[in-house]
Amino acid sequence: MTHKDLPALSIADLQSFLRRREVSAREVIDALRARIEAVDGELGAYLSLDMDAAAREAEKANVDLPLGGVPLAIKDIVNVMGQPCTCGSKILERYRAPYDATVIQKLRAAGAIPFGKTNLDEFAMGSSTENSAMKLTRNPWDFARVPGGSSGGSAAAVAADAAFGALGSDTGGSIRQPAALSGVVGFKPTYGRVSRFGLVAFASSLDQIGPLTKTVRDAAVIMNAIAGHDPQDSTSLNEMVPDFAAKLGNDLRGVRLGLPKEYMIEGIDPRVKAAIDVALKQMSSLGAEIIEVSLPHTDYAVAVYYILATAEASANLARFDGVRYGYRAENPSDMLELYGRTREEGFGPEVKRRVILGTYVLSSGYYDAYYLRAQKVRELIRQDFAKAFEKVDALISPTSPVPAFKLGERTADPLKMYLADIFTIAANLAGICGISVPCGFAEANGHRLPIGLQLLGKPLDEARILQIAQAYEQNTDWHKARPPVASATHKA
Amino acid sequence: MAGTSELDVGYVARLARINLTEDEKNAFQKQLDDVLKYVEKLRQADVSHVEAAAHALPIFNVFREDAASEWFTAEEALSNAPRKANDLFIVPKVVE
Repeated sequence: MTHKDLPALSIADLQSFLRRREVSAREVIDALRARIEAVDGELGAYLSLDMDAAAREAEKANVDLPLGGVPLAIKDIVNVMGQPCTCGSKILERYRAPYDATVIQKLRAAGAIPFGKTNLDEFAMGSSTENSAMKLTRNPWDFARVPGGSSGGSAAAVAADAAFGALGSDTGGSIRQPAALSGVVGFKPTYGRVSRFGLVAFASSLDQIGPLTKTVRDAAVIMNAIAGHDPQDSTSLNEMVPDFAAKLGNDLRGVRLGLPKEYMIEGIDPRVKAAIDVALKQMSSLGAEIIEVSLPHTDYAVAVYYILATAEASANLARFDGVRYGYRAENPSDMLELYGRTREEGFGPEVKRRVILGTYVLSSGYYDAYYLRAQKVRELIRQDFAKAFEKVDALISPTSPVPAFKLGERTADPLKMYLADIFTIAANLAGICGISVPCGFAEANGHRLPIGLQLLGKPLDEARILQIAQAYEQNTDWHKARPPVASATHKA
Repeated sequence: MAGTSELDVGYVARLARINLTEDEKNAFQKQLDDVLKYVEKLRQADVSHVEAAAHALPIFNVFREDAASEWFTAEEALSNAPRKANDLFIVPKVVE
């Protein structure tokens, strides 16, 4: 193992080297810096780096802490004190976070080093990271394709060995879908399990922070550090947090997995379907019982989501008014012009569309028909899951109906982009937890495109789906595959 | 500007305090008409016996002690202000 190869390690393997004092935390930062310099020019995963501060922190790192000396990338929508937090938006281009989000405080307490901020769709609104006002992020497996979104920078960085692990946020699939499209593990905790304090709010009843990692074990270790009640977040759950890493295992005896029949829709790429079919057989051979279940209100999920998420966004993004922080239009004649032009010049098209839609569904005369009705259908969707979980321990499906699509392919048609999240959105509406793990590849023009398998679990049952995901992962080799951008540079 | 839905993008954009160009107005009208047409499927759902869910989990009335605690200083709170002076945010004149 030369220092050049360090960035290819999982967090767990990195920690073995650190704890045996075979490598220092400072050397890890230097190796990571070199790796990012080598690949990120083309990849475009990072919006900002603070490697000098990271190096100083590494000098005093206590590697025996749960994440001691482990550098982690952070989606640029989570406040890290002193670093930018652009949310991928021009409106926050020059903003510097004056405080640490709760998850960052917790990561620091566990010894981790948050060294850089990753690209995202503007305010996490999107499924391809193409809505970033800052830069383009490419899929490490095929630079002509999207990394998924909205946590596309985090997913691409981890996949390309330009991060050991990362935080993302998931409002309708924004951790799981880019994880699937970029070939890494992405974990969305139960709503309320992880504090949202310091996460810039998109849709407050749906947003949840979670890890993107190379392995399920790494996701569990990060969850151990960030989960737990926070008085600063009134929606944070005051529940006991188990040791997620301690419960990992290798077999699936006695596990009942539900296959939602409504998820077997037309429009699933045949290569995705084939990979899921193989994964189901592997799960069975490991002892799992596969049971068909029904989620009868599935077809409504995307519609409910785009009413509730935009309604909440229209309220949350009202704070960007050009007064207290962020961009302000020049020389406004009065307050109305200050607001109108600041938001015209500061927001990108997708954010404008969603704020307008959200304002409309909350407006007088339309509230009952859209917002209230959507809230009721949301409850039906939640009940669907509760009923299914009476029969099974977890649900299994593709994470995305298609592998990574081409850059530019879906940007002209927002509705088509929204349908990329068809399998992930319902979990946010129901508040349950979910994970995406690599389960195969689709071949396309000489490129291998990763496919993700999604497992959904009961509220607060994170330990169980991590356990199932890890058993599957450890009995397959998909997580060991590296994209061309990784192997090419390692050899050089 | 009439689209296929009742949404008037120009009017709602004013409510949302977002100025739009004519090109944006036209593009958004068409795109949001498509989205509103898509969400019409919610009319088919039977919601007659359902309570609206603002949140997925039953969390209500979270209170804390009404006690002062340390938070931003004025300087920190103003650290990202586009215009400031004398520990205050500066905005265009509001009253004549």
